[in-house]
Formats: sequence, structure tokens, C-alpha cells
Amino acid sequence: MTTTVDKAAALALGDDALVLAQRLGEWAGHAPVLEEEVALANIALDLLGQARVLLSLAGDEDELAFLREEREFRNLQLVEQANGDFAHTIARQLYFSVYQQLLYGELAAGDGPFAPLAAKAVKETAYHRDHAEQWTLRLGDGTDESRRRVQAGLAALWKFTGEMFRPVEGLDLDAEAMAALEARWLAAVTAVVEKAGLTLPEGPRTGAWTAGAGRQGLHTEPFGRMLAEMQHLHRSHPGASW
Amino acid sequence: MVAMTQDAAAGQAPDPALVAAFDAAVAADERVEPRDWMPAEYRASLVRQMAQHAHSEIIGMQPEANWITRAPSLRRKAILMAKVQDEAGHGLYLYSAAETLGTSRDELLDKLHAGKQKYSSIFNYPTLTWADVGAIGWLVDGAAITNQVPLCRCSYGPYARAMVRICKEESFHQRQGYELLLALSQGTEAQHAMAQDAVDRWWWPSLMMFGPPDDESAHSAQSMAWRIKRHSNDELRQRFVDIAVPQAEALGLTLPDPDLKWNEERGHHDFGTIDWSEFWEVLKGNGPCNEQRIGQRRRAHEEGAWVRDAAAEYARKHGEAKA
Ligand SMILES: [Fe+2]
Ligand SMILES: [Fe+2]
Repeated sequence: MTTTVDKAAALALGDDALVLAQRLGEWAGHAPVLEEEVALANIALDLLGQARVLLSLAGDEDELAFLREEREFRNLQLVEQANGDFAHTIARQLYFSVYQQLLYGELAAGDGPFAPLAAKAVKETAYHRDHAEQWTLRLGDGTDESRRRVQAGLAALWKFTGEMFRPVEGLDLDAEAMAALEARWLAAVTAVVEKAGLTLPEGPRTGAWTAGAGRQGLHTEPFGRMLAEMQHLHRSHPGASW
Repeated sequence: MVAMTQDAAAGQAPDPALVAAFDAAVAADERVEPRDWMPAEYRASLVRQMAQHAHSEIIGMQPEANWITRAPSLRRKAILMAKVQDEAGHGLYLYSAAETLGTSRDELLDKLHAGKQKYSSIFNYPTLTWADVGAIGWLVDGAAITNQVPLCRCSYGPYARAMVRICKEESFHQRQGYELLLALSQGTEAQHAMAQDAVDRWWWPSLMMFGPPDDESAHSAQSMAWRIKRHSNDELRQRFVDIAVPQAEALGLTLPDPDLKWNEERGHHDFGTIDWSEFWEVLKGNGPCNEQRIGQRRRAHEEGAWVRDAAAEYARKHGEAKA
């Protein structure tokens, strides 16, 4: 049994959760219906909670969140993508929550250092996944407009999905294990997409810029602005406590 | 209570026996329940008050949500997100409570968006710094609690029960706001100044939250008789001032009122004159954020229309209740 947490792995998983929580937090006050104000905040709070635990394993949570530069973040490019419309957000949620649930399921089943955290998180991610799947069905099988919008969201984010299955530095999941995870992810996403009457996007799931790049600290333009907003107040008062 | 035997909204004068039974029940502090007979004016007055309250919860999300993405620590970000989420939940409870009187959430939202129903004017002030999040929690949630605790004993059952739940959460918000301000007040010089500035800006508008002075309050007397309201605006305002003064001292912050002092004889704090012209101006729509707040609300609603339509269409196709 491994007892020491690999900091690189804690950062990668923690940054995914933090960055997606930050994006979902942007919905507050803008959601299409009151129930979704509550639901999106629930998901964001779960993710923020995960991020805080994970970042604390790697160091001081606030130093890591607020004082790192863009190139030091290890999150997937998928989670940093702008919210877009509600369908775009749901497409991002679908891709990520299925991935996160499968990944945490693997980690929870193992005896590595992330097992306890993953065991708790996997219950949360089951809810996130259900939320995303239910909305994918509603939007896909709702009106022409909703179908068009969710199809567009799925297509736009498709190229960011390959990166998820690169082995994460410090996790006990090798290329073979990640490939198996990928096959399960693809089957799960395909099932929901088809049930919703949508089509799985075509085209590559990675490109020159997206093949494992976020995990290497290479991000997309919207990320810098997101960080600027997130970090400015903390950075304006060096050494202050809040 | 007497069960509703005929539609009171039909227009003919209600049966005097029903009116007498209603008045007696209310006077005896019994709860009125949705199926009970009630005077049409009582129903209308409740709908008006609950709608305004529900609208205040959801519009009130905006000034604080303004800081979610910029919260200076992850702990504070989580607290703030949870608070804004609570306010959405309060909106949900209150719209549901209003539905028991036969008015749907959609109908009430349409009235809000059309400017036919109001929300608390306090949310027409801007949150300019992080300290405003603390000032809102401490003062605005604090004033809301002072106003709302008596509503837990309101004569209308569903409203009273919603308020019990809401008040518990509001008191968390109040403590969290206080604690946020305390951290700033005891922090660096710049943080302390930020806290003082926020309190300077939010103090007077918070006092206005209790509504106009008793002699100018339009609906007060009838609401008191109906036990929808239990204390006058001025009584509640005084109660709030008396609670806030020692808390401000403990925070190490001053309240921006040179006339504020303890009056031994009255057993209360005296305080300066409120600028009611500002209150009426903001109420008329001329506050710093009226257009911004209602504009964001309308935009979120309009931009979300296709989502709600899709959910309704899906539910229709699959024979579900509306999502
Ligand atoms: Fe509230
Ligand atoms: Fe509150």
C-alpha cells in the first residue's frame, strides 16, 4: 500500500476540481431556472471541497490556488473552457463527470493514497453525472433549438476529451489502465448521446495543442482571464489573511 | 379553521359567519392553512408580501454572486457560494408557499420582470469591495432576521413554516458576515479600511430595510390585525439598532451616525434621522443598481427560456411532471 501522496497527482486532480468549480461559480445569478441555481452551486461546492482537500495534500491550498501562474496549473483544458450557453456547460459536465466518476471509482477501489478521498468523491460525482445525463436527455430530446445547442456543445468540446486519458503523473494508473477507462468512458457517453437522439461528434479527440497539454501546464486563452479574475484580490494584499 | 365551502373570490360578499370564524381564529393565533376560507384581501396581501420576499431572495443573489469568482480564499469562496445557493433555496421555498395561494412562480416572475412587483431596495446598492460581502451578511441578513423572526409566527401556515427554515439559514449568514468583517477589521490597515468603508455605505440603507416610519407605512395596520406582521417598522428598526451597536464595537468598526448614543431613559439607542428621500428615490427606480439588477434577472430568464421549453417538451413527450 502506498501511503505518500504524489504531489503532482494531487495537483492535477485538485486543479481539475478547482477550475471547474470556478467556472460553475460564474453561473450564480444567471441560471435558466431557480432549481439550476441550486444544482449548479451544489456541483461547484462539491468540486471546490474536493479541490481543497487535494490541494492541501500538495501544499497550502490558497498559495496554490491564488499565487501560481497560468503555466503552473495542471488541470485539463476541458474544465477551463468558458461556460457558453447552458447546453455547452452541460456538454462539458457530461464529458467531465463521466470521466471523473470512472477515475475516482478506480482510485477508490485501489489501495493507493487517494482511495479514501476518492471513495467520498465518487458519491458526489455520481450525482454530477446523473445531473449531466438527465439534462443531455432533456436537451437532446426536447425542442429543435435545444437539440441543436447541445449537439453544438458536444461537438465544440470533443477535441478536449482525449487528454483525459493520458496517464496522470503520480497515479497508479498506467497507459493500459487509462485505455480501459477510456473505453468505458466512450461507451457511457455514447449510450447517453444516442439515447438523447444526438450523434457522437466525429473527428479527433486530441490535437497538437490538446494532447495532454493541460497536464503539462499548457492552457488555452480563456484560462488566463479566468485566473486573473480569481486571483486578483488575493494578490492585491500580499500576506493578508482572510 | 373553517373549511372553504365556496369560492370567496367569486365577488359576492362573504358569509359573515366565515368572516367571523376567520377573524376569531387569527386573533387566537391559530394558523390559516391553504384549504381554509380566507378573505380575498388577506389572500392578496399575503401574495404581495410573499412575492416581494421571494423576489428579494433571488435578486439578492446578484450583489453577492458578484464576488464568488473573486473571493480571496478558497474557504471564503465555499462559504459565499453556499450562501448564494441558500438564497436561491429561500426563493424556492417562498415561491412554493405562494403557490399554495393559487399563484404560480411563473406568474410572479412575470410580474417581477414587468416591474409590477417589487423586491427589497437594499439590493439596488452595489457591492464595490470584498468587504461588502461581509457587510451584507452582518447588516442586511441581520436586518432581514430582525424582520423575519416574527414571521415564523405569521398567521398563514405555509409562510410561517417557510420562515422557520429560512431564519435558521439567515442567522448562519449573519454570523459568517460578521466573522468575515472581523477578520478584515483585525487584518492589515488596508483590510480594516475596506471593512470600515463597507459599513459606512451599508449602515443607512440597512436601516431603511424596515420600511418607512410607522405613520407613513401603507399596509401596516391591516397586516398587524391579520397577524401577517407583528411589530411596527419603527419597533423592528430600533431592535436592530440596539443589537448592531455592541456588535460594531466588538468588530472595532464605527457606525456612520454621530447622533447614535445610548438613551438611559428609553433603554434604547437614539439614532440620527434617516434620509427618506434616498429611500423613495431608490424605490422609484433611481438607485445605483435598479436597472442592472432587474436587467440581469430578465436576461437570465429570457436566455433560459429555451432550456425551460426543452424541459417542458421532454416532460410532455415522456409523460413526466414538469421539470
Ligand atoms: Fe435569504
Ligand atoms: Fe441570507
